[in-house]
Amino acid sequence: MLDATLFAGQVFNGFSVASLFVLAALGLALSFGLMRVINMAHGEMLMLGGYLAYLTYLIVPGPAAILVAMPVAFLGAALVGGLLELTVIRRLSSRPLDTLLATWGVSLILQQAARSAFGPIGVGVTAPDWLNTGLSLGGLYFPSTRIFILAVAVVVLAGLGLLIARTRLGLLVRAVNQDRMMAAASGINTRRVDLAVFCLGTGIAGLAGVVLSLLGPVTPSVGQSYIVPAFLVVVMGGLGSMVGTTIAAVILGLVSALSQIFLDVSMSQVLMLLFVIIFLQFRPQGVVATRSRALEG
Amino acid sequence: MRTSATGALAGAATIAFAVSAAHAADTVAVGVLQSLSGTMAISEVTVKNAETMAIDEINAAGGVMGHQIEAVIEDGASDPAIFAQKASKLIQNDDVATVFGGWTSASRKAMLPVFERADSLLWYPVQFEGNECSANIMYSGAQPNQQILPAYEWAKAEGKKSYFLVGSDYVFPRTANLIVKKHLAEDGLDLAGEQYVPLGGTDFSAVIAKIRAAKPDIIFNTLNGDSNVSFFKQMAASGMGPDSVPVMSFSIAEQEARAMGTSLVEGSYATWNYFETLPSDANADFVQAYRALYGEDAAVTDPMLHGYLNVYAWKAAVEAAGSFDTDAVRAAAVGLDIDTPMGTVSFAPNQSLRQTAYVGQLDSQGQFDIIWSSDAMIEPEPYDALTFPGKTCGVATN
Repeated sequence: MLDATLFAGQVFNGFSVASLFVLAALGLALSFGLMRVINMAHGEMLMLGGYLAYLTYLIVPGPAAILVAMPVAFLGAALVGGLLELTVIRRLSSRPLDTLLATWGVSLILQQAARSAFGPIGVGVTAPDWLNTGLSLGGLYFPSTRIFILAVAVVVLAGLGLLIARTRLGLLVRAVNQDRMMAAASGINTRRVDLAVFCLGTGIAGLAGVVLSLLGPVTPSVGQSYIVPAFLVVVMGGLGSMVGTTIAAVILGLVSALSQIFLDVSMSQVLMLLFVIIFLQFRPQGVVATRSRALEG
Repeated sequence: MRTSATGALAGAATIAFAVSAAHAADTVAVGVLQSLSGTMAISEVTVKNAETMAIDEINAAGGVMGHQIEAVIEDGASDPAIFAQKASKLIQNDDVATVFGGWTSASRKAMLPVFERADSLLWYPVQFEGNECSANIMYSGAQPNQQILPAYEWAKAEGKKSYFLVGSDYVFPRTANLIVKKHLAEDGLDLAGEQYVPLGGTDFSAVIAKIRAAKPDIIFNTLNGDSNVSFFKQMAASGMGPDSVPVMSFSIAEQEARAMGTSLVEGSYATWNYFETLPSDANADFVQAYRALYGEDAAVTDPMLHGYLNVYAWKAAVEAAGSFDTDAVRAAAVGLDIDTPMGTVSFAPNQSLRQTAYVGQLDSQGQFDIIWSSDAMIEPEPYDALTFPGKTCGVATN
């Protein structure tokens, strides 16, 4: 019954799903790792990215629209993320449970705002023609939208890796991540680092929104369908580790796609949740244990 | 009464009460209960519009037995529990004569005990999976043998040999597909696959891989809501548009097709008991009246039409019975001819509607070309004989 083509196809689909998970989860991992903030409005940053892509398509039609939409969505979501950080999260930073509730409230407000502005009906973004083809390879078919999304995820990961490892901002982020008090004592403006990282995280979520619009409709509740897998990925990855987040996304993507060879989508979601629970029983610290003072009592 | 002042107040209050009671005597309250918010709002708001349009038309023409109808509109919020709660509020607090509403089977199942307990009547406008038959619901939407089975008969006559079933994971697709599978087995045809995705699910990569491997002649699609957009988008991206693998959908009407973008679904099929393109003067008038209220671009769909005709059917039954009493209305409604934009229809003794089934193919404007219709009106059968042998409708034998 196990057909080699179907298996190979599902491995590809697993990586494709993983690329979406990574894009949706990176921002969460960044803000949790650095600030211990659980941003419940993260899904709405995806939604915002999707709507910004839709608006960009209205203004700049043509094959390059998607390439214009990506920076627009990144900046737009980062801007809203920055406002959220300055007005809500910063003021509640010492009370993690309050940020949870406050950002959940923001999430509801943003969903309702989108419903009022764009209507409850989803808006569609049509993929440009150059993304409407695919690669045929020995009985397998790889849609170019999915290849494109994989490429975006790889570029974002590489860019983020370079940013953290090689730039001054990355150095500051690592310093604050390792010991916030010490970093502050040595003259680093930790609040500005927080703001920058939060903007970066929400900006990536905005990018995720753009690529999601290639696969499905943009609706006021689109963020909700990705926020749960994103949290799963972050928890399994080791709460805040970028490498862990990436590995967890790949593992979960593959578990989801390969189990669907035998199960239907509903059952495979159940299996995925079970898998995460069992995994955490044996490795509660996640894929990569984060050694950060920020996470110690 | 301690002072004369309070006595005067009480007197005034009594008079005010008497006046409002007298006022209530020339109106009759009915409930309109659809989701005006949440994920189902996209579809249900339009049904609410059609129901209130019928109420306004009847009021303008003199009302029901000399009473003006007062619509009490409630929001079911896409949540079955809220549907049940609002239904009992309508019956107990607003004292409505009847209720028009519901869409998902979950909302209907949640409201059913409320209507049975209060012995009130719900007029339900949407096609559904059958396998239910309550004396307190008038089912005007299609039973499986009025939508799914005619679609299957059509596909069989077209020479389709293998069928792939894709649906959202809840009671309607599961039951509908169970019926299709029984008939496939009976006719010796091939089930190429059966896949369920959670409501609102957006990832169809594995489903599409299986469709590609199975190479079915036709896909029967019982997905609901936004998942349809993701499904058709990802099918197109995989090089399997509606022109290469035919798709027959059971939850895509004119409204959904336009909201999804017609280029995505052009050429795919749907089966309903009403299409906006149905050629008749009555239908042209209906579409025109609706557009005059809700804009030139407004789509008119099968569930809307059923919501609209439910109000007229209730009016006709009340007038035939000469009473607003549930038992009298129910008895009078059965067999009564009702003129509607989809022709003259009537309720069978099992309280479901006799109606014709049509297969339509979507064009580039989001309209259906009607390419097939059943030979005659189809008698509604809540229990498919092949799937639920021996089960019959309790109402019919009463």
